[in-house]
Amino acid sequence: MPVSLNKDRLKLYGAEFSSRLLTGTAQYPSPAILSQSIAAAGAEIVTVSLRRESGGSRAGEGFWALIRELGVRVLPNTAGCLSVKDAVTTAQMAREVFDTPWIKLEVIGEEDTLQPDLFGLVEAASILTREGFQVFPYTTEDLVAAEKLLGAGCEVLMPWGSPIGSGRGLNNPYALRSLRAHFPDVPLIVDAGIGAPSHAAAAMEMGFDAVLINTAIAKAGDPVQMARAFALAVEAGRLGYNADLMQARDMAAPSTPVIGRAFSDSARA
Amino acid sequence: MQIHVNGKVLDVMAANLAALLHELDYEDAAVATALNHSFVRKTDRVKTPLNEGDEVEILTPRQGG
Repeated sequence: MPVSLNKDRLKLYGAEFSSRLLTGTAQYPSPAILSQSIAAAGAEIVTVSLRRESGGSRAGEGFWALIRELGVRVLPNTAGCLSVKDAVTTAQMAREVFDTPWIKLEVIGEEDTLQPDLFGLVEAASILTREGFQVFPYTTEDLVAAEKLLGAGCEVLMPWGSPIGSGRGLNNPYALRSLRAHFPDVPLIVDAGIGAPSHAAAAMEMGFDAVLINTAIAKAGDPVQMARAFALAVEAGRLGYNADLMQARDMAAPSTPVIGRAFSDSARA
Repeated sequence: MQIHVNGKVLDVMAANLAALLHELDYEDAAVATALNHSFVRKTDRVKTPLNEGDEVEILTPRQGG
Protein backbone atom coordinates (compact mmCIF):
# COMPACT_ATOMS: atom_id res chain seq x y z
CA MET A 1 0.00 0.00 0.00
CA PRO A 2 1.36 3.46 -0.81
CA VAL A 3 2.86 5.37 2.08
CA SER A 4 0.33 8.14 1.55
CA LEU A 5 -2.51 5.77 2.51
CA ASN A 6 -0.81 4.18 5.50
CA LYS A 7 -1.67 7.05 7.82
CA ASP A 8 -5.07 7.61 6.24
CA ARG A 9 -7.00 5.26 8.48
CA LEU A 10 -10.72 4.66 8.58
CA LYS A 11 -11.96 5.24 12.13
CA LEU A 12 -15.21 3.62 13.25
CA TYR A 13 -16.26 3.75 16.89
CA GLY A 14 -12.66 4.03 18.04
CA ALA A 15 -11.34 1.19 15.87
CA GLU A 16 -8.98 1.89 12.97
CA PHE A 17 -8.80 0.18 9.60
CA SER A 18 -6.55 0.55 6.59
CA SER A 19 -9.13 -0.69 4.07
CA ARG A 20 -12.03 1.51 3.08
CA LEU A 21 -13.84 -1.26 1.24
CA LEU A 22 -16.35 -3.23 3.28
CA THR A 23 -17.88 -6.28 1.65
CA GLY A 24 -21.02 -8.31 2.11
CA THR A 25 -20.88 -12.08 2.24
CA ALA A 26 -24.11 -13.04 0.47
CA GLN A 27 -24.86 -14.41 -3.01
CA TYR A 28 -21.39 -15.75 -3.81
CA PRO A 29 -21.20 -18.83 -6.05
CA SER A 30 -19.33 -20.82 -3.39
CA PRO A 31 -17.68 -20.46 0.02
CA ALA A 32 -14.26 -20.70 -1.64
CA ILE A 33 -15.00 -17.81 -3.99
CA LEU A 34 -16.38 -15.82 -1.05
CA SER A 35 -13.09 -16.29 0.82
CA GLN A 36 -10.97 -15.45 -2.21
CA SER A 37 -13.06 -12.37 -2.96
CA ILE A 38 -12.76 -10.99 0.57
CA ALA A 39 -9.00 -11.49 0.33
CA ALA A 40 -8.85 -9.84 -3.10
CA ALA A 41 -10.90 -6.91 -1.81
CA GLY A 42 -8.54 -6.51 1.13
CA ALA A 43 -11.66 -6.07 3.25
CA GLU A 44 -11.18 -5.91 6.99
CA ILE A 45 -14.90 -5.67 7.75
CA VAL A 46 -17.63 -7.91 6.32
CA THR A 47 -21.36 -7.91 6.86
CA VAL A 48 -23.19 -10.99 8.09
CA SER A 49 -26.73 -11.81 9.12
CA LEU A 50 -28.83 -14.13 11.25
CA ARG A 51 -31.36 -16.42 9.64
CA ARG A 52 -33.50 -19.35 10.64
CA GLU A 53 -31.66 -22.64 10.76
CA SER A 54 -33.51 -25.08 8.56
CA GLY A 55 -33.71 -28.83 8.53
CA GLY A 56 -30.90 -29.44 10.96
CA SER A 57 -28.40 -28.68 8.18
CA ARG A 58 -26.12 -26.67 10.46
CA ALA A 59 -25.19 -24.63 7.38
CA GLY A 60 -24.83 -21.57 9.57
CA GLU A 61 -22.05 -23.09 11.60
CA GLY A 62 -19.97 -23.86 8.50
CA PHE A 63 -20.37 -20.28 7.30
CA TRP A 64 -19.47 -18.83 10.68
CA ALA A 65 -16.36 -21.03 10.90
CA LEU A 66 -15.27 -19.83 7.46
CA ILE A 67 -15.65 -16.16 8.42
CA ARG A 68 -13.75 -16.64 11.67
CA GLU A 69 -10.88 -18.24 9.77
CA LEU A 70 -10.57 -15.12 7.62
CA GLY A 71 -9.81 -13.01 10.69
CA VAL A 72 -12.00 -10.11 9.58
CA ARG A 73 -14.26 -8.02 11.77
CA VAL A 74 -17.96 -8.75 11.33
CA LEU A 75 -20.73 -6.21 11.05
CA PRO A 76 -24.01 -8.06 11.63
CA ASN A 77 -27.10 -6.63 9.98
CA THR A 78 -30.82 -6.57 10.68
CA ALA A 79 -31.61 -7.02 6.99
CA GLY A 80 -35.24 -7.36 6.08
CA CYS A 81 -36.65 -6.22 9.42
CA LEU A 82 -39.87 -4.31 8.85
CA SER A 83 -40.47 -3.05 12.38
CA VAL A 84 -38.53 -1.41 15.19
CA LYS A 85 -39.30 -4.34 17.48
CA ASP A 86 -37.99 -6.97 15.07
CA ALA A 87 -34.88 -4.92 14.27
CA VAL A 88 -34.08 -4.44 17.96
CA THR A 89 -34.66 -8.13 18.74
CA THR A 90 -32.52 -9.21 15.78
CA ALA A 91 -29.74 -6.85 16.90
CA GLN A 92 -29.85 -8.29 20.41
CA MET A 93 -29.65 -11.82 19.00
CA ALA A 94 -26.78 -10.86 16.71
CA ARG A 95 -24.79 -9.36 19.58
CA GLU A 96 -24.94 -12.63 21.46
CA VAL A 97 -24.02 -14.89 18.53
CA PHE A 98 -21.36 -12.69 16.93
CA ASP A 99 -20.06 -11.26 20.18
CA THR A 100 -19.87 -7.68 18.92
CA PRO A 101 -21.63 -4.42 19.83
CA TRP A 102 -21.60 -3.43 16.15
CA ILE A 103 -24.88 -3.58 14.27
CA LYS A 104 -25.77 -2.46 10.76
CA LEU A 105 -29.27 -1.32 11.49
CA GLU A 106 -31.85 -1.76 8.77
CA VAL A 107 -35.50 -0.95 9.31
CA ILE A 108 -37.09 -1.42 5.92
CA GLY A 109 -40.10 0.74 5.15
CA GLU A 110 -40.96 -0.14 1.58
CA GLU A 111 -40.46 -3.50 -0.04
CA ASP A 112 -40.07 -2.53 -3.71
CA THR A 113 -37.18 -0.16 -3.10
CA LEU A 114 -36.10 -1.54 0.29
CA GLN A 115 -36.06 2.10 1.32
CA PRO A 116 -35.33 2.61 5.01
CA ASP A 117 -38.15 3.62 7.33
CA LEU A 118 -36.33 6.66 8.68
CA PHE A 119 -38.74 7.20 11.56
CA GLY A 120 -38.39 3.59 12.70
CA LEU A 121 -34.65 3.75 12.11
CA VAL A 122 -34.18 6.68 14.47
CA GLU A 123 -36.36 5.00 17.11
CA ALA A 124 -34.49 1.69 16.85
CA ALA A 125 -31.10 3.43 16.85
CA SER A 126 -32.04 5.29 20.00
CA ILE A 127 -33.06 2.06 21.77
CA LEU A 128 -29.96 0.20 20.69
CA THR A 129 -27.43 2.91 21.57
CA ARG A 130 -28.98 3.09 25.04
CA GLU A 131 -28.34 -0.64 25.28
CA GLY A 132 -24.67 -0.17 24.44
CA PHE A 133 -24.75 -1.03 20.75
CA GLN A 134 -22.54 0.78 18.25
CA VAL A 135 -25.04 1.41 15.50
CA PHE A 136 -24.33 1.73 11.77
CA PRO A 137 -27.71 2.90 10.45
CA TYR A 138 -28.63 2.17 6.83
CA THR A 139 -30.21 5.46 5.85
CA THR A 140 -30.89 7.75 2.90
CA GLU A 141 -29.24 11.09 2.12
CA ASP A 142 -31.85 12.92 4.24
CA LEU A 143 -30.09 15.57 6.31
CA VAL A 144 -32.72 15.76 9.03
CA ALA A 145 -32.74 12.00 9.50
CA ALA A 146 -28.94 12.10 9.64
CA GLU A 147 -29.04 14.76 12.35
CA LYS A 148 -31.55 12.75 14.37
CA LEU A 149 -29.51 9.54 14.00
CA LEU A 150 -26.46 11.36 15.31
CA GLY A 151 -28.59 12.73 18.13
CA ALA A 152 -29.67 9.16 18.91
CA GLY A 153 -26.03 8.26 19.48
CA CYS A 154 -24.90 6.93 16.09
CA GLU A 155 -21.28 7.82 15.33
CA VAL A 156 -21.34 6.44 11.76
CA LEU A 157 -23.93 6.79 9.00
CA MET A 158 -24.50 4.52 6.03
CA PRO A 159 -26.40 6.42 3.33
CA TRP A 160 -27.58 4.51 0.29
CA GLY A 161 -26.21 5.14 -3.18
CA SER A 162 -29.37 3.70 -4.68
CA PRO A 163 -31.73 0.83 -3.78
CA ILE A 164 -30.13 -2.35 -2.43
CA GLY A 165 -29.00 -4.68 -5.18
CA SER A 166 -30.00 -2.29 -7.97
CA GLY A 167 -26.49 -1.51 -9.21
CA ARG A 168 -27.66 1.96 -10.20
CA GLY A 169 -24.75 3.70 -8.55
CA LEU A 170 -25.10 7.12 -6.95
CA ASN A 171 -28.70 8.09 -7.72
CA ASN A 172 -28.56 11.51 -6.13
CA PRO A 173 -25.03 12.92 -6.22
CA TYR A 174 -26.20 16.37 -5.18
CA ALA A 175 -27.79 15.04 -1.99
CA LEU A 176 -24.78 12.87 -1.22
CA ARG A 177 -22.43 15.85 -1.64
CA SER A 178 -24.73 17.86 0.57
CA LEU A 179 -24.68 15.15 3.24
CA ARG A 180 -20.89 15.01 3.09
CA ALA A 181 -20.63 18.78 3.40
CA HIS A 182 -23.06 18.99 6.33
CA PHE A 183 -21.29 16.34 8.39
CA PRO A 184 -17.59 16.72 7.58
CA ASP A 185 -16.41 14.89 10.70
CA VAL A 186 -18.84 11.96 10.73
CA PRO A 187 -17.69 8.70 9.13
CA LEU A 188 -20.02 8.18 6.16
CA ILE A 189 -20.09 4.83 4.37
CA VAL A 190 -22.00 4.60 1.10
CA ASP A 191 -24.00 1.41 1.35
CA ALA A 192 -26.22 -0.15 -1.31
CA GLY A 193 -26.73 0.31 -5.00
CA ILE A 194 -23.13 0.56 -6.13
CA GLY A 195 -22.81 -1.54 -9.28
CA ALA A 196 -19.43 -0.74 -10.79
CA PRO A 197 -15.95 0.17 -9.55
CA SER A 198 -16.41 3.61 -11.11
CA HIS A 199 -19.40 4.22 -8.80
CA ALA A 200 -17.23 3.38 -5.80
CA ALA A 201 -14.45 5.67 -7.03
CA ALA A 202 -16.99 8.48 -7.48
CA ALA A 203 -18.24 8.07 -3.92
CA MET A 204 -14.70 8.13 -2.58
CA GLU A 205 -13.81 11.19 -4.69
CA MET A 206 -16.78 12.96 -3.05
CA GLY A 207 -15.09 12.39 0.28
CA PHE A 208 -17.08 9.48 1.63
CA ASP A 209 -15.06 7.51 4.11
CA ALA A 210 -15.76 4.04 2.77
CA VAL A 211 -18.13 1.98 0.65
CA LEU A 212 -19.89 -1.31 1.32
CA ILE A 213 -20.27 -3.61 -1.67
CA ASN A 214 -22.03 -6.95 -1.88
CA THR A 215 -24.02 -7.76 -5.02
CA ALA A 216 -21.70 -6.00 -7.47
CA ILE A 217 -18.86 -8.31 -6.45
CA ALA A 218 -20.76 -11.49 -5.63
CA LYS A 219 -22.83 -11.50 -8.83
CA ALA A 220 -19.98 -10.50 -11.17
CA GLY A 221 -18.86 -13.02 -13.76
CA ASP A 222 -15.56 -13.25 -11.88
CA PRO A 223 -16.15 -12.13 -8.29
CA VAL A 224 -12.49 -12.38 -7.26
CA GLN A 225 -11.34 -10.14 -10.10
CA MET A 226 -14.20 -7.73 -9.42
CA ALA A 227 -13.25 -7.57 -5.74
CA ARG A 228 -9.76 -6.50 -6.77
CA ALA A 229 -11.22 -3.96 -9.19
CA PHE A 230 -13.29 -2.43 -6.38
CA ALA A 231 -10.26 -2.34 -4.08
CA LEU A 232 -8.30 -0.39 -6.68
CA ALA A 233 -11.24 1.94 -7.37
CA VAL A 234 -11.72 2.72 -3.69
CA GLU A 235 -8.02 3.42 -3.25
CA ALA A 236 -7.91 5.56 -6.40
CA GLY A 237 -10.97 7.51 -5.32
CA ARG A 238 -9.59 8.12 -1.85
CA LEU A 239 -6.22 9.25 -3.20
CA GLY A 240 -8.03 11.56 -5.61
CA TYR A 241 -10.07 13.09 -2.79
CA ASN A 242 -7.02 13.55 -0.59
CA ALA A 243 -5.14 15.14 -3.47
CA ASP A 244 -7.90 17.78 -3.83
CA LEU A 245 -9.70 17.52 -7.15
CA MET A 246 -9.68 20.42 -9.57
CA GLN A 247 -12.88 22.37 -9.98
CA ALA A 248 -14.88 21.61 -13.11
CA ARG A 249 -15.56 24.56 -15.41
CA ASP A 250 -17.91 25.16 -18.26
CA MET A 251 -15.42 26.53 -20.81
CA ALA A 252 -12.21 25.05 -22.13
CA ALA A 253 -8.85 26.15 -20.72
CA PRO A 254 -5.80 25.12 -22.73
CA SER A 255 -3.35 22.99 -20.82
CA THR A 256 -0.49 23.59 -23.24
CA PRO A 257 0.95 27.15 -22.89
CA VAL A 258 -0.62 29.59 -25.33
CA ILE A 259 2.39 31.91 -25.29
CA GLY A 260 4.88 30.92 -27.94
CA ARG A 261 2.46 28.99 -30.08
CA ALA A 262 3.54 28.95 -33.75
CA PHE A 263 1.39 30.85 -36.16
CA SER A 264 -0.19 32.72 -33.28
CA ASP A 265 -0.18 35.87 -35.40
CA SER A 266 -2.11 34.24 -38.21
CA ALA A 267 -5.82 34.79 -38.65
CA ARG A 268 -8.10 31.74 -38.83
CA ALA A 269 -7.98 30.38 -42.36
CA MET B 1 -47.87 -28.96 23.24
CA GLN B 2 -47.96 -27.18 19.91
CA ILE B 3 -45.70 -24.19 19.34
CA HIS B 4 -44.30 -22.37 16.32
CA VAL B 5 -40.57 -22.82 15.75
CA ASN B 6 -39.07 -20.78 12.94
CA GLY B 7 -42.51 -20.44 11.41
CA LYS B 8 -43.41 -24.13 11.53
CA VAL B 9 -45.90 -25.75 13.91
CA LEU B 10 -44.23 -28.42 16.03
CA ASP B 11 -45.44 -30.81 18.74
CA VAL B 12 -42.85 -30.64 21.48
CA MET B 13 -42.30 -32.04 24.94
CA ALA B 14 -39.98 -29.29 26.19
CA ALA B 15 -41.22 -27.17 29.07
CA ASN B 16 -38.68 -24.38 28.61
CA LEU B 17 -36.52 -22.87 25.90
CA ALA B 18 -33.32 -24.66 26.93
CA ALA B 19 -35.12 -28.00 26.84
CA LEU B 20 -36.51 -27.15 23.41
CA LEU B 21 -33.02 -26.58 22.01
CA HIS B 22 -31.99 -29.93 23.47
CA GLU B 23 -35.06 -31.62 22.01
CA LEU B 24 -34.37 -30.15 18.55
CA ASP B 25 -30.64 -30.96 18.74
CA TYR B 26 -29.51 -27.32 18.78
CA GLU B 27 -28.00 -27.50 22.23
CA ASP B 28 -24.37 -27.01 21.22
CA ALA B 29 -25.06 -24.92 18.10
CA ALA B 30 -24.20 -21.25 17.60
CA VAL B 31 -27.76 -19.97 17.78
CA ALA B 32 -29.67 -17.07 19.27
CA THR B 33 -33.22 -17.35 20.48
CA ALA B 34 -36.33 -15.20 20.66
CA LEU B 35 -39.70 -15.96 22.21
CA ASN B 36 -42.75 -14.12 20.89
CA HIS B 37 -40.51 -11.51 19.19
CA SER B 38 -38.42 -10.81 22.30
CA PHE B 39 -34.78 -11.81 22.66
CA VAL B 40 -33.99 -14.51 25.21
CA ARG B 41 -30.38 -14.65 26.37
CA LYS B 42 -28.60 -17.98 26.36
CA THR B 43 -28.37 -17.85 30.15
CA ASP B 44 -32.11 -17.16 30.48
CA ARG B 45 -33.34 -20.05 28.32
CA VAL B 46 -33.61 -22.52 31.17
CA LYS B 47 -35.90 -20.19 33.12
CA THR B 48 -38.04 -19.28 30.12
CA PRO B 49 -41.13 -21.54 30.13
CA LEU B 50 -42.95 -22.41 26.90
CA ASN B 51 -46.68 -22.22 26.49
CA GLU B 52 -49.13 -23.47 23.90
CA GLY B 53 -48.99 -21.33 20.74
CA ASP B 54 -45.69 -19.65 21.56
CA GLU B 55 -43.59 -18.38 18.66
CA VAL B 56 -39.93 -19.32 18.94
CA GLU B 57 -37.18 -18.13 16.64
CA ILE B 58 -33.86 -19.98 16.52
CA LEU B 59 -31.38 -18.06 14.38
CA THR B 60 -27.89 -18.88 13.22
CA PRO B 61 -25.10 -16.99 11.39
CA ARG B 62 -25.67 -16.54 7.69
CA GLN B 63 -24.35 -14.63 4.75
CA GLY B 64 -25.45 -11.00 4.72
CA GLY B 65 -25.09 -7.77 2.82
